[in-house]
Amino acid sequence: MPKDHGIGASSKRREDVRFLTGKGVYTDDMAMQGQVHAVMVRSTVAHGKIVSIDTSGALEMPGVLAVFTGEDFVEVGGNPAGWLIHSRNGEPMREPKRPVLAHGKVRHVGDAYAAVIAETYAQAKDAAEAVAAAAQIAELPAIIDMKTAVADSSNRVHDEIPDNVCFDWGWVEDNRAAVDAAMKAAPHVTTLELVNNRLVPNAIEPRASIGEYFPGTGNYKLTTTSQNPHMTQLLISAFVLGIPEHKLTVVAPDVGGGFGSKIYHYGEEALVLAASKKLGRPVAWTAERSESFLSDAHGRDHVTKIEVGATLDGEILAFRTETLANVGAYLSNFATVTPTFLHGTVMAGPYKVPHVYVNLKTVFTNTAPVDAYRGAGRPEATYSLERVVDKMARELKLDPIEVRRKNLLTPDQFPYTTPVAVIYDTGNYQATLEKSLELADYDGFGARAADSAKRGKLRGIGLSTWVEACGLAPSHLVGVLGARVGLYDAATVRVNATGSLSVMVGAHSHGQGHETVFAQIVADKLGIPEENIDIVHGDTSKVPFGMGTYGSRSLAVCGSAVTKAVDKIIAKGKKIAAHMLEAAEGDIVFENGSFSVAGTDKSKSFGEIAFSAYVPHNYPLETLEPGLEETAFYDPGNFTYPAGAYLCEVEVDPETGKVEVVNFTCADDFGNVMNPMIVEGQVHGGVAQGIGQAIIEQTSYDADGQLLSGSYMEYAMPRADDMPMFTVDHSCVTPCTHNPLGAKGCGEAGAIGSPPAVVNAVIDALQRGGYTHVTHVDMPLTPSRVWQAMQG
Amino acid sequence: MYNFEFTKPTTIADAVAALKADEAQALGGGQTLLPTMKQRLAAPSSLVSLTAIPEMQGVCMSDANEVCVGGATPHASVAIHAATMFPALAALANRIGDPAVRNRGTVGGSLANNDPSACYPAAALGTGATIKTNTREIAADDYFQGMFTTALEDGEIITEVRFPVPEKANYQKFVQPASRFALVGVFVAKYADGARVAVTGASSDGVFRWAEAEAALSADFSAGALAGLAVPGGDMISDLHGSGEYRAHLVKVMTGRAVTAAA
Ligand SMILES: Cc1cc2nc3c(=O)[nH]c(=O)nc-3n(C[C@H](O)[C@H](O)[C@H](O)COP(=O)(O)OP(=O)(O)OC[C@H]3O[C@@H](n4cnc5c(N)ncnc54)[C@H](O)[C@@H]3O)c2cc1C
Repeated sequence: MPKDHGIGASSKRREDVRFLTGKGVYTDDMAMQGQVHAVMVRSTVAHGKIVSIDTSGALEMPGVLAVFTGEDFVEVGGNPAGWLIHSRNGEPMREPKRPVLAHGKVRHVGDAYAAVIAETYAQAKDAAEAVAAAAQIAELPAIIDMKTAVADSSNRVHDEIPDNVCFDWGWVEDNRAAVDAAMKAAPHVTTLELVNNRLVPNAIEPRASIGEYFPGTGNYKLTTTSQNPHMTQLLISAFVLGIPEHKLTVVAPDVGGGFGSKIYHYGEEALVLAASKKLGRPVAWTAERSESFLSDAHGRDHVTKIEVGATLDGEILAFRTETLANVGAYLSNFATVTPTFLHGTVMAGPYKVPHVYVNLKTVFTNTAPVDAYRGAGRPEATYSLERVVDKMARELKLDPIEVRRKNLLTPDQFPYTTPVAVIYDTGNYQATLEKSLELADYDGFGARAADSAKRGKLRGIGLSTWVEACGLAPSHLVGVLGARVGLYDAATVRVNATGSLSVMVGAHSHGQGHETVFAQIVADKLGIPEENIDIVHGDTSKVPFGMGTYGSRSLAVCGSAVTKAVDKIIAKGKKIAAHMLEAAEGDIVFENGSFSVAGTDKSKSFGEIAFSAYVPHNYPLETLEPGLEETAFYDPGNFTYPAGAYLCEVEVDPETGKVEVVNFTCADDFGNVMNPMIVEGQVHGGVAQGIGQAIIEQTSYDADGQLLSGSYMEYAMPRADDMPMFTVDHSCVTPCTHNPLGAKGCGEAGAIGSPPAVVNAVIDALQRGGYTHVTHVDMPLTPSRVWQAMQG
Repeated sequence: MYNFEFTKPTTIADAVAALKADEAQALGGGQTLLPTMKQRLAAPSSLVSLTAIPEMQGVCMSDANEVCVGGATPHASVAIHAATMFPALAALANRIGDPAVRNRGTVGGSLANNDPSACYPAAALGTGATIKTNTREIAADDYFQGMFTTALEDGEIITEVRFPVPEKANYQKFVQPASRFALVGVFVAKYADGARVAVTGASSDGVFRWAEAEAALSADFSAGALAGLAVPGGDMISDLHGSGEYRAHLVKVMTGRAVTAAA
């Protein structure tokens, strides 16, 4: 019988009631008393020198209160990158200043160089047009293509960076010579050049921020669409505006999705705070959808050459990659860690491969900043690996599944130290592979392919076996790797006098379902109903601390902090119970919501203990403080390593090149699962995004740096009817060994494992259909690209 | 969006009068015009809604075996009410946009706008429809004059469109993955006196008739009759979603499928 409450139950998502009935409260829903409106003035050219910005006309327009330009922020700091990466030669990365508003130059279409504040939105919009018309920007040649950017030092995104390279990184640099030698000695080498296509994150709620300054106290409040309110507070305080941390509250209320793009601090957040201080009125800004396209941090955008060295029977001997990773015009907060430590560290995949070397250059271009997007670095690594392994199997005329079976790590090899310097704690990759084959009815493929052929379609099947590193992250390790912060998380469990609970958690929820799952965990551990527990998040004045929601870390890291805090509550409860029951503390057992003396029928309910903590008439006041509230910080001992096997079946229409995904099967190992329904939902969403990346999502800049796919007329989002029914399984469990929940995390898996399965399936369909010259097609596999490839 | 005046007359005469005002513009379902105004790419000083004029609403059959659609009739009504009269037309209407678009967008707005990727122009040209306005009747062959360009004069209103019902017809739409407008759409219709083939989405001149296919199909209305024909790729649209060569190829594939599917 499946459980109906607590850990392991498919409790319905409590937040959905308000989301689905229009009762959610998002930033733009909040009209503050006396609020005025900001509109950003954005560059229409990709690269240009700001000659002058004449704001005098705009300032005289109706309702206009102020116009800000980059000049207003030269005295304050910039928005930093969160990780300091060193190049292979030991030099620190080049880190240009990222100002609140562009100063001196504009560096991408959509780069904000001025902001207008007016009484109404329409007035601000009119004045913003006037500012744009009066601004003189001398256009410079745009730097768009990464290979050209690196080769041509005459044209620079940042004048102080000659070759537009932020850093040239090797991982692990000491492996380089051995990998080169192994590759040279390998009986067979398969090479693949591929593009991991740039994606626009497209959260359903555009970014929005309201800045408030309270002259009476000198306090500031920022209400904003953030996955990461504490980090935003820290960045604004310590780096950008210098507002003391205790004078700034950051609130992220209901947030309509992020997928990474709302992890980061953006200039608009600093702008509304500074404007509010100057005007003494709340200042609100909400992005229009076209601004989201132009100014949200994009994802992916790698150009990679990967090689695999192998024996003739398909044993993998070495992987070597060379990548150019686009960071866009400025370094966004995670832009330097995403292509490095979230990418290079999983480049051994699930394989027992002795030699791996990753070389990567990050490149500045006149495009929107690129940063972590669902999966962040790990999809790029997985795509490269799973595509090249598939290609190698084909070249050697081996069954791609047999090649996986031959090379996957076996359960007895864990814990396993990879050649790219991480330690996989547990896993059973054979189990998920075999499970996926069984669930997908792999043996029945031939019959299905014959049926497709009858309908004039080419059918193919593609596999991806993947492992990722998430649960970010052990602070001691990331500190060595260049992180400028720690990556623990925190929770406070407050037991109210009447026995209900408020649990303040560091991990913000913007669609993940934390409010449900964290309550399940607490309810399970305390033996009380989930309804008695409220999860509070997204407010730096209420929550002790938090490092944000990303990297599939909320459950593994913040959930562990919740667990620790609950354990402290139980420990204190035992002390109180011992006093009330006149027994030794060591004799008190806590079970099913009550504290009892072992071997007797003497007991106190959880509610009675809570009441006594707040009404301490009969209480050990000499040894114990009243109250029942505990805080815990949890810093993980290692990353977690979810893994799985995905099988995708496609039909290709040979006349049009159109790809239809007809079956998709996931067998995942997420460690222990808290709420199976939410896990399935996360996998569905991730796979949908992965299929979107693989077949339709296309971000295209022209040579002048204009975003050609800057609206939904041109940028294809995956829709329900682009998806097959998914078969999702998470019954293969190897619990994580180093967190109290045994949980590994599931948020990004779908987006990581799926793109190569889709592309492998399309190549398989084309090969089986006789188009043997097609060994690779770059994503997205749109009808025209597939058709073009088929033409030869 | 800039500010504008708004009127909603109930007769064609009042609408025509209202459209004489400086910078006035007709508003059908607003599915094209309003997004353009929101992006501040259009700034009419007044909008004259055509959706409250009873004469411009509805679908009926004429004595001359034509389906007559009021100029302000939304796509959703055509999808329902033309379903038995002219299934291919109803099916075309039923695949435009999403339910919200179909319940607002109108046939008159679609033909007036003449987007090179829109569906209705293919039906109008593919059936040799008559576009009736407040002043005259225009044959489809004279009406379409290149992308976003039509025979309409300033202030002229499409009040009705009359589609001659063919013996057999079918519309094949190969969607552009983002907008789901037609990357290539082909309307094929068979009449007693011959076949018509109208192609949308493909050409940079907008909707056009594929004369060679019409000749071949008039002689032999089967997909096989198209073998050996090729669509010239020269003036085809090339963009993110496909090259001119690809579009030219699709025109032939979609024409063949339309012929096979025609009922
Ligand atoms: C999301 C989306 C998807 C869509 N998908 C498709 C698709 O797949 N296929 C397709 O064909 N279309 C598609 N459309 C367009 C849709 O069909 C529109 O309804 C149509 O193009 C315009 O009709 P409208 O009534 O909304 O016109 P409006 O937007 O109101 O007006 C458009 C233009 O026509 C003028 N006009 C309006 N009515 C008349 C009239 N009776 N006489 C003279 N001039 C008039 C207006 O002044 C304006 O210049 C889509 C639109 C959207 C928003």
